[in-house]
Order: sequence, then C-alpha cells, then structure tokens
Amino acid sequence: MVERQNSVCFRTLHLDQPWRLDSYRSIGGYGQWERILQERPDPADLIEQLKLSALRGRGGAGFPTGLKWSFMLRSAPGQRYIVCNSDEGEPGTCKDRDILRYNPHQLIEGMAIAGYCIGATVGYNYIRGEFFEPTERFEAAVQEAYAAGLLGKDIGGSGIDFDLYVHNGAGAYICGEETALLESIEGKKGQPRYKPPFPAQSGLYGRPTTINNTESLASVPVILEKGGQWFLDQGLPNNGGLKVFSVTGHVEKPRNLEVPLGTPFRELLAQCGGVKGGKKLKAVIPGGSSTPVVPGDQMMELNMDYDSLAKAGSMLGSGAVIVMAEGTDMVKVLANLAHFYAAESCGQCTPCREGTGWLSRVLHRILKGQGRREDLDLLDDAANRIMGRTICALGDAAAMPVRSFLKHYRHEFERYIAQGERCVS
Amino acid sequence: MSLKSTPQTLPTDPAVRENLFNPEIRAAIDRHIAKYPPEWKQSAVMPALTLVQEWNGGWLTIELMNEVAAYLEMPPIAVYEVASFYGMYDLKPTGRHKVCVCNSISCLLNGSEALIEHVKKRYQVAPGETTADGKFTFKEVECLGACRHAPVVLIDKTYGENLTPEALDRWIEELD
Ligand SMILES: Cc1cc2nc3c(=O)[nH]c(=O)nc-3n(C[C@H](O)[C@H](O)[C@H](O)COP(=O)(O)O)c2cc1C
Ligand code: FES
Repeated sequence: MVERQNSVCFRTLHLDQPWRLDSYRSIGGYGQWERILQERPDPADLIEQLKLSALRGRGGAGFPTGLKWSFMLRSAPGQRYIVCNSDEGEPGTCKDRDILRYNPHQLIEGMAIAGYCIGATVGYNYIRGEFFEPTERFEAAVQEAYAAGLLGKDIGGSGIDFDLYVHNGAGAYICGEETALLESIEGKKGQPRYKPPFPAQSGLYGRPTTINNTESLASVPVILEKGGQWFLDQGLPNNGGLKVFSVTGHVEKPRNLEVPLGTPFRELLAQCGGVKGGKKLKAVIPGGSSTPVVPGDQMMELNMDYDSLAKAGSMLGSGAVIVMAEGTDMVKVLANLAHFYAAESCGQCTPCREGTGWLSRVLHRILKGQGRREDLDLLDDAANRIMGRTICALGDAAAMPVRSFLKHYRHEFERYIAQGERCVS
Repeated sequence: MSLKSTPQTLPTDPAVRENLFNPEIRAAIDRHIAKYPPEWKQSAVMPALTLVQEWNGGWLTIELMNEVAAYLEMPPIAVYEVASFYGMYDLKPTGRHKVCVCNSISCLLNGSEALIEHVKKRYQVAPGETTADGKFTFKEVECLGACRHAPVVLIDKTYGENLTPEALDRWIEELD
C-alpha cells in the first residue's frame, strides 16, 4: 500500500513548492488538458473512462462521477456551468484544504476537463470563507494558468473557451450542500433548493450545472492520464481508485493519507501511529461527523471502501475518520455533534430547525446531569421525525449519529441519567 | 428560468452609485461583478460585504449594507438577509482582531474545551463578545476544516495549529 500512497490528488506533495505551475508541469501536469485542446476528443469517450474508473463523488454522497457528467445534455443550447465544491465543513474533514494548498493546478486541470466534457465554458470554485491561505494559493494558480495560456477564450487557438473564478463563502456549513451552494453564488442565503429539478436541468442561474467535490475533480487528470482501468484497479470494483482519508481525533499522528479504497482500517490507523498514548480503540466515526459511529473492535476488521462501510451500517462519506480512544465520553461527543447540526441548520425546514435544537438541548441536559428517564425515547423520537422529512440531507446528518450512538453506547447515556449530577462531578 | 433563479434588482441613480465608498473599493467590487453574468450583479454581494466589512474595521452597519445594496442595485432587504445569514459578517462592533476557536469534534477530542475556558477566564470575555480593551472579539466557531491540526484557532486570516493555552497567549500577545 505504501508505494501506491499519495499518487493521485497528493502526487505533488513530495515536490518543492508543489503549488507552482512548473512543479505541476514537472510531473506531466496539464498534459491531459493540452491533449484535449489539440485533439478535441469526443467528450463521450472521456466520460466513458470516468465511468470505467468507478470514481465516486468524494464530497460525501459517493455518486458515480462519470454518470453525473453524462446527465448533462451537451446538445442543449445556452450556458452551462461546472462548479467545484471546496466548502469543506463536515467536522473531521480537512482534505480539500490540502488539495487547494498543495495541488491547486491539478484541480484547475480537472475543472477545465470537466467543463469540456459537459460543455461548460465557465467554472466557479466555491471555497469556504475561512480558507484565506488556500484561496490565495488557488487564485495565484489560476493567474499562472491564464498567463500560461491554459485558460481563457479560444485557448491556444483551439476554439475552446474556459474561464475559471473563485467564489468565497462566509461561514455557513450548509453551503456545502450543492443547491445551497448555488444559491450562495447567486448572492442569497444558503438555503437548499427542492429537487427536482436537479442541477443538471436547472442549476446556477437556472442553467444546467454540474457540481463536484474538490477531490473528485482533482482526480480526473490522473484518471485520464493513466486510464479508467488503472484507476479502477487501484481500488475495488465499484470503489475505484485512491481516496484521501483525514484521520483525526485520538491518533498519534493525525494526518491526511491518500490510499487505495479497500485499505484495511487497521493499516490506516497504524500509519497514523496508532491510538494516542497506546490506548485501546473505543470507537470510530468513519466518514465525517454525520456518519454512524462504529465500535472499535468491529472497525478493526473493516476495510475502507464505500461498500464495506455501508455493509457495516455506516458510510464512507467524505473520508473523515474520527478516532476515539478508550475513556472517551460518548455523551459529550454526541452532544457536541448535535450542537454542530443545530447551529448549522439553515432554518428552512421545520423538522430540521426545531428537531436539531431539541436533540442538542436534550443531549446537553443529559450531559449536565439533568437528564430525565424519558429522554432517550425523546431523542429517538426526535431523530425519527427528522429523518427523511427535510429538503436536504442535513437533517439526516443530524439524526444518524444520534441513532447510532444510542444503539452502541446506550448504557453511557443511561448512566448519566441514572446518576444525575453525581455522574458529572 | 425558475423564479428562484431571477436576480432581485432595484435600480440606483448612476450619480449616487458613482460616489459610494471610495475608488479602490468600487474597483475591487467591480472586479467581482465581472466574474458573473451581467444581469447578476447580486452575485457579488458576498465579496462586496467582505470588502466593506474589512474597510470598516471588521463589522457592517446598516448604512454600509444599504450602500452595498445601492451599488449592486438590489433591495436592501436582500443584502440584510445575506449579511445576517453568514457567520463571518459581524453586525455589531468588533475588536481589532477576531479570535475564533473551533469547538467541533476533532478539536474537542484534542483539547479545545481547555482552550475555550482559558480564553474566557484569562481575557474575561464570553463567546460573541469583545475584550474590555477592544483588542479582540472572541468567537466559538464550528469546524474550520483543518482538523488534523486540532485544536485549531483562526485569528483574522491566519490559522493556528495544535494550540495550547500558552501558545495561544503568546499569539494574542503579539497582536497590536
Ligand atoms: C449539509 C450538507 C453539507 C455538505 N457539505 C459538503 C462539502 O462541504 N463539500 C462537498 O464536496 N460536498 C458537500 N456535500 C455534498 C454535496 O451536496 C454534493 O453531493 C457534492 O458536492 C457532490 O460532489 P461529488 O459528487 O463530487 O461528491 C454536503 C451535503 C450536505 C447535505
Ligand atoms: S474539528 Fe476543529 S478544525 Fe475541524
């Protein structure tokens, strides 16, 4: 595994100043984009390679990228858009920040190729507002690419246009949800839209739009360079390629690691120096804060790919692996997660706005030793009333952890309730 | 085009528009406007608010929001909606700096609680408030997307990584 590590989105990491154009060029960067500019291949063939690669969306939902691109009707008249989602806000996730900082050109190349494939001549990269340094890096790279004649109108006399812009967020997790993100670019509150219509029919400014995560788009140049089959072979059927995992929490060396999908969790943990302080593993949230928690013993037997984690009742999500050591207070952890979703609910749907508030308040009162016997049923009930009843998936994201924590660690919550204040002191 | 994807417009007298803010801010906002379709000046509302907030020392007044509305030729209410929705816009006076401590899960597991308690006690400031000397506004914020460096603190535009209370003190000490 080690030799294949960091060979897609992080393939520039070993270079000096990897974010610069000449660094990216030195490993063959922009080779695919230039080939497209010269040869103007049939976009359908490029999309075929992506389908073959089994690249699945790295933003959380895991939707096949090639399939998503094929929904865009190139023949439809008028403007289309490619939008990159660099809003990275799901607690535990910190990979896109490093792609922006260390390999911005590969993302630019991926966006340009995506634009070509779906027939979009304009792209926006939505970068969260707190990412000042990553935005600077990315914008400097865009300037370099324009100066080198890789972006703009009629690029290199090819007749192909592609303009690329940054739109910064301003502190709202919900803008990571793709339709809230579109609203935000339109200069509005980030409140998700009803679907259908899907963005492929009516997206940014009401025009057909494809939205992909930073890591998904940055993977594209390597897939085209080495072939869809190569990428697929790195991982598992239906789980192609390498994926960046952000391993954080109670590990000796928290870090981002890009490894083949299907890598055993055990190996990933070992590469991060194991559990902090040599403690025993208690639990893992394997795919970002909204994915169901998995007990440590079970996690040690699992592989890190979409299907294995789904089979174990959780999700690969954004690949944010949150590790918790023995002794971690699960009531405190869940109360923290609930607070996050309550604070970040956009307030549009009643079950989410009210429900996330209930979850957070009840969990905090349990944490303070003021829990009531009926509170666990109340939590269950509130979570069930949110699930599947909201416009976007933030509601589900808030409810899923509650159900999984209560399933695996119910006794800890009961102890808090039974012992009241004594448990807290 | 669906109704939702229609820009909200409210024309402004060109003579008024030409005199808002100052030439640098106008030029900076114009560079943002140019990124979007001509009828979608509204798309520049977030970068415009960010620029104007910084120019005003960290926060937005109603007057400034009205001016942003006039400059982008959109209804003031549409600007208020945006300014009040996003956490990085401040609608009341702030200190000279903004100290934002992440309180989400990976930071919690790595000591953010101690950091937050330390700031409250040492600087006598509650989340959302400003120190008595006006040096900084303290905010507890949600995940900053840098979890591998937990606990993470954002001061103004800079991320601080793996911070202990002592390291944070030294950093705050260095601020003007
Ligand atoms: C509440 C919420 C927050 C989300 N946040 C992000 C995010 O920060 N980054 C991201 O890429 N996708 C995020 N997503 C997923 C996007 O809606 C979308 O599925 C994704 O950007 C599609 O790109 P992909 O197919 O390449 O993964 C979020 C979804 C929801 C419901
Ligand atoms: S949890 Fe603190 S930066 Fe992500």
